[in-house]
This record gives sequence, structure tokens and C-alpha cells, in this order.
Amino acid sequence: MRSSSAETALVVDPICGMEIPLAGAVQHRTTNDGTTYYFCSDQCAKEFDRRQGIAPDEGPMPHSATTGFNPDLPGPLTLDLPIAGMTCASCALTVERTLNQVSGVEDVHVNYSLGKAHVVYDPAHVDAIALVEAIKGIGYDVGASEMHVRISPGLHCASCVAFIEEALLRVPGVLEVAVNPGTDTARIRYVAGQTDFAAIKRAIESTGYQAARPVEQEEPIDEETAAHMREYRRLMRKFWFAAAVSIPVMLVAYPELPWLYLPNLFLEEVSERLVWWLFFLSGVITLPVMFYSGRQFFTGAWAAFKHHSADMNTLIALGTSAAWVYSTVALFFPNLFPEGTATPFYDVTAVVTALVVLGQAIEVRAKGQTSQAIRKLMDLQAKTARVIRNGREVEIPVEEVLVGDIVIVRPGEKIPVDGVIVEGRSAVDESMVTGESMPVDKEVGDEVIGATVNTTGTFKFRATKVGKDTALAQIVKMVQDAMASKAPIARLVDVVSGYFVPTVMIISILTFLAWYNFGPSPALAFAVVTAVTVLIIACPCAIGMAVPLSMVAGVGKAAEHGVLIRNGEALQLASQLKTIVLDKTGTITKGTPELTDVVAAPGFDEADVVHLAASADRPSEHPLAQAIVEGARQRGLEPTEPEAFDAIPGHGVEATVDGRQVLVGNSKLMERFQVDTSLLDDDVRRLQEEGKTAMYVAVDGRAVGIVAVADTIKEDSIEAIQVMKEMGLEVVMLTGDNERTARAIARQVGVERVLAEVLPEDKALHVHLLKKEGRKVGMVGDGINDAPALVEADVGFAIGTGTDVAIEAADITLMGGSLKGVAYAIEISRATMRNAKQNLVGAFIYNTLGIPVAAGVLYPFFGILLSPVLAGAAMAASSVTVVSNANRLRFFKAKSFAE
Amino acid sequence: MDITQLLVNLTGFALIVLIVWYFWLYPKEAVQVAEVGGVQEVAITVKGGYTPDVIVVKRGKPVRLLFNRQESSLCSEMVIFDKINTSATLPEGQTVAVEFTPEEPGEIPFQCQMGMLRGKIIVQ
Repeated sequence: MRSSSAETALVVDPICGMEIPLAGAVQHRTTNDGTTYYFCSDQCAKEFDRRQGIAPDEGPMPHSATTGFNPDLPGPLTLDLPIAGMTCASCALTVERTLNQVSGVEDVHVNYSLGKAHVVYDPAHVDAIALVEAIKGIGYDVGASEMHVRISPGLHCASCVAFIEEALLRVPGVLEVAVNPGTDTARIRYVAGQTDFAAIKRAIESTGYQAARPVEQEEPIDEETAAHMREYRRLMRKFWFAAAVSIPVMLVAYPELPWLYLPNLFLEEVSERLVWWLFFLSGVITLPVMFYSGRQFFTGAWAAFKHHSADMNTLIALGTSAAWVYSTVALFFPNLFPEGTATPFYDVTAVVTALVVLGQAIEVRAKGQTSQAIRKLMDLQAKTARVIRNGREVEIPVEEVLVGDIVIVRPGEKIPVDGVIVEGRSAVDESMVTGESMPVDKEVGDEVIGATVNTTGTFKFRATKVGKDTALAQIVKMVQDAMASKAPIARLVDVVSGYFVPTVMIISILTFLAWYNFGPSPALAFAVVTAVTVLIIACPCAIGMAVPLSMVAGVGKAAEHGVLIRNGEALQLASQLKTIVLDKTGTITKGTPELTDVVAAPGFDEADVVHLAASADRPSEHPLAQAIVEGARQRGLEPTEPEAFDAIPGHGVEATVDGRQVLVGNSKLMERFQVDTSLLDDDVRRLQEEGKTAMYVAVDGRAVGIVAVADTIKEDSIEAIQVMKEMGLEVVMLTGDNERTARAIARQVGVERVLAEVLPEDKALHVHLLKKEGRKVGMVGDGINDAPALVEADVGFAIGTGTDVAIEAADITLMGGSLKGVAYAIEISRATMRNAKQNLVGAFIYNTLGIPVAAGVLYPFFGILLSPVLAGAAMAASSVTVVSNANRLRFFKAKSFAE
Repeated sequence: MDITQLLVNLTGFALIVLIVWYFWLYPKEAVQVAEVGGVQEVAITVKGGYTPDVIVVKRGKPVRLLFNRQESSLCSEMVIFDKINTSATLPEGQTVAVEFTPEEPGEIPFQCQMGMLRGKIIVQ
């Protein structure tokens, strides 16, 4: 009996102070004075022992065994901190100087090219967190990674949290720890490469807990989205409040409106005194609307005013407060006004505030959608990577992958970072980066791009680019910069918007004076209402956002298809292009020769011809020879190693294969060895007509056949050129090849205008001459040999290869390597500019028509006067319209990509 | 025209003159940037505008602008240096550095996405 009641009794853990049932105590200690203490966890018991001076079981230095580091040992520590945001060598000096000033730091060396700070510090005086704070204080950031670890069993007490945090902070490389007992998780910020999950796990286990990676990491909502969400919720709260107040205020202001179905309380025998009180109450409850719901208008207007500028906030703040002040004065001092003009209109203040706040909330939400493309890109990033560390395969967060790591990719997995395959082969779906829908075959030596998806094979690759250097990170940065850049037409708008708001204020004053001086009675009431309406209807936001929003949507859409537009100027110019110049090699064609034709002389077998030619060419490094070897392999014929081999420059090769003399080369080689080629000469001429390089093959002095090699056309070049022509573009081919070869290719792809035999250094000149024809010229090339021509063109398109994203000379980079990207880039640019112009025209028409109507120009003729409440609705609607129109671009369908 | 009417009209026109002067003609004071350790550094507060908004720097020396946005209004979420094709997103309350080295004397304007807030760097 006694024991059972003891088991349910509650005892207090002396360490954490938690009440626990006696039976639930994990450990207990009886001290010398006979008191027994019970503990909620091993950790609290251990802490109790420590305070009592009892050594814990593990020995005197628990941390040295678990984390490889003993905090009690004296002496400095070293830390390598990756610094983010250093863009110049002198920035490195700034960081170095700052760190040197932190007391406890003994030595600092900042390496600009590595972007790292090597710090030697005394842990007794300063910790890693203080160093990070110092770096952040001067505007840089520490390139820290973050991991979330689940801790089990559940955390019982606050002091357990402290134990774990302390233990984690002792792990070198850990910068910041937050243990959340509510979710049993620890969020750890650490320097990638300096520590890993294993060390973190050991540190947690040293405190008696278990650590596990949460199965699902918290959804990484980026800060921008979170900020937008907060702003949206804040605005909606403000809106609901303003809306709730608006209803009774409206009822008081418009009692005669039949749709209110109000008992005609005010129309009939209602005492003037009651009406006065109702208006007074309206005025009082409108105040919190102004200063809670409309607070940002006033603070924004004041902040702008201090900078000698004015914006939308100024207009709304002036409009709503003018209405309120006038109403209040009219209410209290009706005698100041001419007969009949002393009518309060508090409804304007409340309703306009509600409407504009609602408009802003909708805008915030729609704006978030406009930049969805970039978020999609960021979300492509793989979360973890499987790498080989110390001979073992371990799964680590992608942030911890270092250059040089060997990464393993299994079927269906995402490739975490950029690299080069060192083992295995597979097909990789690169559509998310390049826009190409077909998987690309990859084998040893090929580049793989981070964020693309492996299909069926397994392979290992060596990481070459990680973190902010990966193709994906560069794409994101480039797209972000492009989204923010100005199209030339937006620059024009900027000039206007700089003068817009003060001009509206002046118009408002002039409107007031016009009504006041010349208006019908009650002139003062009309003057105030029209002046306020002018302030409220003007919408500088619609003008200011017109172009930038279309830009964000358009540039983002293009990026989804592997088309990277550098800036707004490139986008605007691309929409105006009339002529497209295509470099032949590597643009229309694949740029690498392939074996296309085999002709066997009578009595010989095609397979034999190929096999002999490939065997003879096998040791040669000439691209044509390699094309023949590769072609033979594709036909299932493995070339044999020749016994003897001799390359004759400008002629071909002579080799001994299986004891026979084999010659592969041009007619000069045949003449040199006196081989009769008369039977094959017609075929050679025909192949040359087709733009191919034909080579004779002779065995033991007899011509046995021809192998022809040519740079083949990319599968979709013909289709892409067709689309460009349909779009009304003139397509011109530019090449260094001879006229005949160039014509042959041009015929196949449907290009009429050919500029052949152009020396590489003259390409830019030809582009210049085309520009002289008075049309906007786009040039498409590989970005390396054609760089001057790309720069000379109005818009330079570079065909990107692999992870090479930021091609300097290019205005537009095509990740996919397909000419379809050019057609798509032009289509999306045209659509974006059209959208921007619609927005702009709409916003200008709205303002240029709306303001005069608000001022009452229609009144003398039609008796039409706009109510300030309607003006508020129109203003909110106009900016929402602009945002929604820009959002339409997200659903743009292109001719060049069947979706 | 009685005396009240006259006064109202005069006040109106006076206001217009005041608006023109205050918003358009007011000379803005330029801030000369001090050079520390080879970097011309200046902290800019973003709140309804840029403080300071006219900054004088020397050419050929790296410039570092430390933007700190102290408002939640989305207008100032981005700062754009169109002339040098640079932009930065400014999360509320955080310091964001924008760095470049001006080579040519002249003006480098910067602004928010909609062009409501403006400032400029004068390169000497």
C-alpha cells in the first residue's frame, strides 16, 4: 500500500525543478545527510553529480572523447570562415582589420581569392559567434550552413536544452545553436566542411540524448516569401478593421440610399441632435482607421517628405486626412462655412483607407506570384548528396559538398552540384536547366549540372563547382539581376514618375481653387470633395510598376525554358529584332564532325571499308579521323590496332592493318601512292557538293571505297529556323566554310541568305554591315570565337555549353544549346514588351483620364462628379489590374516550344 | 472678391510655389565619403527614401554601400543600380553590402524598383 502511494507521489528534480512522479524518476542519489534526490533524466543526475563533485562515469574529459576537442585545454583555436559578399581585394583587408580588432583574436589572414578568413583565437576570450557577429557588423556574411537535427527522447527540462546547446557550441565550426524543446529539434548553423552531422551527433550523444536527422526538413521558405506573407497578413488585418468601421460610417453618411434597407431613421422625424451625434461618433471611430489601418500612409508620407520626395502614401495620407479635418471642422464650427456646405464626409476617410489597403494586400500577393519562376529555380536545388568520405559512402547536406568530392548518383536521384563524371554512365534529364526535354547521354569525362535529374544509370562524379559557383546559383543570380534591371522604356517612365506626385498635388490645389472661385453653390463643399478626389484617384503605383512587373514575369518565364536574359535592355532589343545571324558551326550544326556516308567500290563490302579506315585512323588525333573511328564503333565495328602508322600532314594516313597497307586520305594522298580512283571520283564530287569531306580508302594500292565525314545539323535546327521565318525574321547564315559547303547546309535548313568564307575576325564586320541595312540584328554564336560579333550585334545570343552560364559577350544565353531557344527568346521578349506596353498605356490613360474627371471637368457639361469613394476603388483596382496583367505572362505559350 | 476669397486664393498659390520649391528645387546636400583602408564605405538607411541620398566618391577606389532597410513597405524591397547592372534585395532590418569600383567620373543613380525612391553616387 505504502509503496503504491509513494509511486504516484510527485518529487521535484533539484536540477531542472520539474515535478516528476517518483516512479518516473530516471535516477536518484542519496547524499551524505540522508536526503534522496530524484532526477527526470540522466543528464540532470549527471549535472547533480558534477555539482556534488562526483566525477561522471566517462572520466574527467568527456568532450575530448566525443567531439575530438577538449574545451578545457588552454591554447588558441583556428577557424576557417567562408566569407560571403567579398567582391574586391580591399574588402579582404576590411574583414581582416575588423577581425583583428576583436579582442581574443590572435592572428587573422583573409584570402580574397578563396573567400576565406583564417582566424586564430583564444576560446577563453572570444567565441566563433562573436567573430561571426563582427563580420556581419560590417556588412558581410559568413557562408554558414544550417542543419536541423531531431533529438530523442523528448527534452524534459530547460536545463537539458542548455546542456545540449553548450555541447554543440563546443564543436569546432558550429556558429549558432537553437534547441527547441517544443519540437525536440536543434537548429545548428555551422561552417560547411569544418564539421559534419557525425560530429554533431557525437556531441548530442555525449549529453545522453540521441540525434537523428529529421526525415523531412522544414520546408525552406525563403525570407522574401515569408516577408511577403507577413506583409499580406498585416494588410488584411488592417483591411478587415477598416471595412468593419466603414459599414456603420457609410450608413450614417448615406441614409437615403435605398439599397441599405435601413428603416428611414434619419429621413423622417429625426432630431438634428441625433444626426450630429451620429456624425460625431463616425468621426471618432474613423480615427483608429486612419492611425491603425492607414498608418503606413502617414509614416510613409512623412519619411518621403523628409527626403523631399512624395509618393502614393503622400497622396492617400493627404486625401484621407483632408476629408477628416474638413468633416470635423464642419461638424463643430458649421458657422464658418457658407450655408449648406457644412456636411461631414467621414465615409471617405474610412472607405478609401479600406479600399487602398485591400488593393495593397492583393498586390503583395500577386507580386509574389510574379516572381514565382525564380523560386521554382531555387527549389530545384538538391537537399542532400551522397559522397565518399574516408572511403565510406555518406549522405550529407548539399552545402557540405566540397570541390573535389566524389559524389555518387543513383537512378532517379538529383545531381547535387556541378561536376565531371569519373565512373559509370547514364542519361540525365537536364530540362529544368536547359529547357531540353530529351535526356542527355553522359559518360566518363562529361560535365553534369547540379539540380538536373539522373534517369537510369548510376555514376560517380567529381564535384567541380559548389555553392554559389554552380550553374544553378549563377542562373538564379543572373535572373534576379535581370528582373531588377530597367528596360529602356522604363527609364522614360522613371522621369515621369519623379514629377508625378507633386504635380498631382498642384492639380489638386488648382481644382480646389477653380471650384471655390467659379463653382456652383455650395462651392466650398464641391472644392474640398474634388480636391480630395484628385488626390485619391491618382495612381503613381500603376505607372511605376507597369514595366518592372512584366519584366519579372517575362524574364522568369524565359529562364524556365533555359533562356537567360541578361537585362531589360536586351529584352527590349530582342523584341525589336528583324534579322538573325546564325553562325554555322556549333550553332546550326553540332560542331563536331560525324561519319555520314560510306561508299564501297564494286566487289567490296561497306563494313570492311569502314573497319579498315577506322583501324588505320585509330592512332590519329585528327578530328576527322576520330569521327571515322567513332562512326565505326557506332556501327558495331571495333577498330583494330594497326601494326604501323604514319600521318602525312595535308594528305591523310598510311597504316598497316592485319598485314595490309591501308591509305585513308584525299586525292593528293592517292596520287602520291599512285592509286587509281577513277571509279570513285563521281561519288567524291557528289559528296563534296553536299558539303561533306570525302576521303578515299585504299588497300594494298587499290581504291576500295570512300568514307565521308560532315558536321551534322542539330535535330531541331530546321524546325527552329522555320519558326523564326514564320515570326517574320530574316535568317542569315554566317560561316568560314567555302561557298559550296555553306550553300549545301543552308539548303537543308532552309536559309536563303548565306555569308560564306568569312574569316573569324571579319564576323563582327559583317554583323556591322547588316546593321547598316537599318534593321535590328541578333547574332547567335558559341560566345567564344564569336565574342566580337556578339558584342557588335544589337542582341548577342550565346549557345551555352554545360555549366558555363555567364558568357560575358552575350546578352542572352541559351542553356539548351538549341536554336529553338533563340526563337523562344524573341517570342517571350515580344510578349513581355507587349505586356509592359499594355500596362503602361493602361496606367497612363487611367491617370490622364481619371484625374480630370475627378477634378470635375465633366460637371459643367454632363453634371457628372466622381465620388471620392469611387475614386479610391478605381485607384485600388488600377494597380491590381497592372499586377494581374503582368501575371498573365506566366501562362505564355510559345510556338517554338510545344508544351 | 471679398477678403476671405482673396486669402484662400493667395494661400493656394503659395502652396503651389512651396510644393515646387520643396520637391523639385530644393538643393540636396551631398555626403562626401571617407575612405577607410582603401574602401570608400557609407551606411545608407532605407526608410521612405535613402539617407544619405547623394554620395560623393572618388573614382578608381572601391565603394561599399551598406544598405539597411528599416521599413516593411515592399516599395523599397530592392535597390537598383541600373547603370552598372547591379541590384540587391534588402530584407527588412538586415545590412546588405553593394560594392563596385567606379572607373569613370559621372553620376551613378540608384533607386527602388518603381523609381519612387532615388539617390545617386557622384563619382569625382
